[in-house]
Amino acid sequence: MILESFSNLNDSIILVVFLLQEQFRTANCTLYFFHAVKILKFSGQSQMSLYQSCPSGVFTVFSCASEEILGVLVPRLTDLTKSDCIWQRICWRLVECVPDRWMEAVVLGFVQRAPGADVLSRLLGNLVVKNKKAQFVVTQKMLLLQYGHTTEVLQNLLGYLSLDSLRRTLLLRVLQELLETWSSSSAVKHSPAEQQLYISKAILICLSHLKEPEIETHRQELLTSMMEGVKCRLDSSLLQQRRLGMVVAESISLKINTEGPVLKFEYEEDDETRELKSLLVQTPSFCNVPSLPDDDRNEKAGAALPLVPESNEKSHTAAPVMPNEESDTEFDSDDDLIPYDMSEDKELKIKAPVYIRDCIEVLTGSRTEDVDKWEATVKALESLVRKNPAATREVSVELAKILLHLEEKSSIEGFVELRQRTQVAVLTTDPIPVAKYLTSQFYSLNYSLRQRMDILDVLVLAAQELSCPKFCGKTKHSGAQKPCIQLLQGSDSSKGWRRVVDERIKNKTRRLDKGHCDMELASRPNEFNSVAGYFFFPLIQHFDRPLTTFDLLGEDHLVLGRLAHTLAILMYLAVNTVAVTAMGKALLEFVWALRFHTDSYVRQGLLSCISSLLLSVPTERILADMTEELLETQSWLGDVMEKDPDGDCRRLALQNLLLMENLKKKLEVVPS
Amino acid sequence: MHPWNSTVGSASLKLMLKLLPRLFQRRILIEDSMKSKVASLFTALMALPPPDPQFVLRGTSAAVHTLYFSCGGSEPDIPLLYSGSESGFIHVWNLRTHRVDTALDGHGRKSVYCVETMGGKDRLLSQGRDQRICLWDLAEGRTSVTDSVFTEHVGFCRCSLLKVAQGRWLMAMAARSLEEIQILELPSKTSVCTLKPEVGAKLGMPMCLKLWQLSCGSQPVLLAGYEDGSVVLWNVSMGKALSQLVCHQEPVMSLDFDSEKAKGISGSSEKVLSIWSLNEQQNLQVYKTHELVNAGISDITIRPDKKILATAGWDHRIRIFGWKKLKPLAVLDYHTATVHCVSFSDHSNPRERLLAAGSKDQRISVWSIYAQT
Repeated sequence: MILESFSNLNDSIILVVFLLQEQFRTANCTLYFFHAVKILKFSGQSQMSLYQSCPSGVFTVFSCASEEILGVLVPRLTDLTKSDCIWQRICWRLVECVPDRWMEAVVLGFVQRAPGADVLSRLLGNLVVKNKKAQFVVTQKMLLLQYGHTTEVLQNLLGYLSLDSLRRTLLLRVLQELLETWSSSSAVKHSPAEQQLYISKAILICLSHLKEPEIETHRQELLTSMMEGVKCRLDSSLLQQRRLGMVVAESISLKINTEGPVLKFEYEEDDETRELKSLLVQTPSFCNVPSLPDDDRNEKAGAALPLVPESNEKSHTAAPVMPNEESDTEFDSDDDLIPYDMSEDKELKIKAPVYIRDCIEVLTGSRTEDVDKWEATVKALESLVRKNPAATREVSVELAKILLHLEEKSSIEGFVELRQRTQVAVLTTDPIPVAKYLTSQFYSLNYSLRQRMDILDVLVLAAQELSCPKFCGKTKHSGAQKPCIQLLQGSDSSKGWRRVVDERIKNKTRRLDKGHCDMELASRPNEFNSVAGYFFFPLIQHFDRPLTTFDLLGEDHLVLGRLAHTLAILMYLAVNTVAVTAMGKALLEFVWALRFHTDSYVRQGLLSCISSLLLSVPTERILADMTEELLETQSWLGDVMEKDPDGDCRRLALQNLLLMENLKKKLEVVPS
Repeated sequence: MHPWNSTVGSASLKLMLKLLPRLFQRRILIEDSMKSKVASLFTALMALPPPDPQFVLRGTSAAVHTLYFSCGGSEPDIPLLYSGSESGFIHVWNLRTHRVDTALDGHGRKSVYCVETMGGKDRLLSQGRDQRICLWDLAEGRTSVTDSVFTEHVGFCRCSLLKVAQGRWLMAMAARSLEEIQILELPSKTSVCTLKPEVGAKLGMPMCLKLWQLSCGSQPVLLAGYEDGSVVLWNVSMGKALSQLVCHQEPVMSLDFDSEKAKGISGSSEKVLSIWSLNEQQNLQVYKTHELVNAGISDITIRPDKKILATAGWDHRIRIFGWKKLKPLAVLDYHTATVHCVSFSDHSNPRERLLAAGSKDQRISVWSIYAQT
């Protein structure tokens, strides 16, 4: 670099511009650029005039090819401003004089390209305080309106805001606005998951920059908006949303309660939550992370005071004690005592009842103290039911009732799963009366949402078992259990449902192989054929009649989502049954009534319904009986694919449209 | 004369056991007349089946939680067994007739979980779930509560009694605040001291207590098992913890201590019995552990002669061990529900000694086992 030889500031700027020019030769902005340089040469005799006139010229160039220019300019300026405060001021001046219409591009470019927050601070100075447009871009547009920027950009941006006291007020304002968005329930409902993640990240980064006194003054606000946000997020039926709420709330509470209890949720850690949490501790000088290990140490020291560790050490030295005792064993032995036969001393096993009616007695009995027997009964009941179908049929509804209301008395491992398997066994043994009972209970008073969702799960698993010809032994259990475990843990059950649908679509594409597959299977009548209606229609009939305790169309939208997914699966499993066309029609009506539901989980369920329908109902029936409805649905699907905020919904809609496309093709093929 | 022709005494069984394989190895011909003898020898070697109870006491009509023998008197005195039941009655059983002599009702129908005599069978101490410890006067047919202590403790920790001088006892009991133990002098009921664990020790509630002293007149010492599974040795006169040993992962349900051998044993809801010893520096250390077949021990008692010990199991079984090496001796399977308590009698004639066990199945089984040794 020959920059050092230029003592005159003007000259050096001109040189920079020349250097830039060299690099821009290939770019399509050359013409404009010469113009700019001419202006520069012409007016750039004094510093003042340079300040006033040069930037506008330079940024004429930006207007045309800001990408390339910034790519060169930012690293160069970064170098120059590193040690030279005059260059810093020139740089500040440069950006300040950028005309408003180019401001956004310039600021964005700087923020994206600067290697760190301190560099950005050197380059931009207090631009955001002085320039309204820049302020809008930085504090509103990049944070609240856009959400495609990477985490590094966010860190640059917010770090830049935090580095100067003038800008810190902006940081606090930004945080307030972010929290407002985060805690607004309509934003939660209508903005895409990616944007919510982006906002959460921004909040966490802001928090990491906050200092103790600032937190002090804003504690109340933080707390209120945290509560609001958590409330509407925990209300969401999507796992990701709930988890996001939990992580952010935990982080906020960690920040505002430096001492005292900290909010702690139970959720599974994954990469996303770990990344989010790491954002909070990125700047150790600001946050109180180091104090945490300190606390730990104190606790450990406290624990070390009592005699526990001492005695633990002693337990290691227990071996030397033994020989001492050993030495006088000649006198000191129990040899004169002859043991009795102890072969009967085996592990205690409670005898489980052998008859189903005995089980009913145990489970309904008021003798609460006999927990062991109760446990053994719960464990044995499923196999009893499967072994004695005739005996089960006699008491099936009573048994279903007991199981539906059965609550965990003692902590049996996997109780819920056991109960569910037993319920499925009862339902498959005597499908019609039990399905009638369960579906009627789904819409009756005095059940918890959990119980209602249990009913749905049981119906699905039983339908799956009835319809699958190769259901026997182990495969059934592994297959049937997996989704239910997922459901019970409240994890993203829609994935389970969707997987089924996806598999179906895959099956669809491999249609030619299908005949081959069927050859291998032992053929058996589809037991679901005769009972599909009993599973399906009672469920779909009453969804629009709210009860005092249960309002599917109101706040119990989680159950509505599950109901939609359940109906989708039942529809899918009803393939090749007689009732399938009627089911399809009813399902289309159901979907049509709910298509604008605000909860994306419900919408996902509806879209799954459409997929199931398209796959299960025979093509000719679809075309004959529901063409109009289908055309309406198609236009709705198009809308969803384009406009839905939820990515999964868009994807499902696209899949459905593809399925419809396939149908059309078939239609074309058939006549020819 | 052939050595086999001599009668085989049970004492030489062990020797025979060693010899038999060798006999067969060398293919020594056994005469026909000897064959039956060898066969009986084999059955003798294959341990005896466990005995049945000597007798069973029925009629408490509630789960039995505690038992205490009073059989030490000379001939005209009738041997007695006191039992405390869930219905709040204390039954006094006549061990000659196997009938209830008296039923005492002093705990407001709340479960009685500790009964002990205080120097003779006329004075009785009982502890119940009504949070009271009652002192009874039973002399000349009286059945009156002479005094009572309000413990304000809501747990199940049995109190422990120690005679320090003629007519003077020390009693350790769990106190009102959760982690504390209070030592009272009886019959004056004056508080001797309160034993508080260090701040932050997190021992939990005391679960079982054992007050003892090395010899008459020496300082009384308390062993206490806590909810967190540790056993703590307290110096009662200084009110200070001398040693703490974590024996179990679960609450210590019961413990007993042999002051002669300075060795103790504790049981918890786990599958393990823990035996620990106390060294000269007053430190508790683990001696060994013994794995059980089923989890849960509700009571442990060492026989007064320190030869055997009995455990009451949640698995409905009573187990007998040799105390010296903790050799398993017998498993007594009679009860049909959790055994709550085991107690050895204090007969002056060792051959009359009995073992009693009380269970949730409302029965008290009385056994005569290893009375000869």
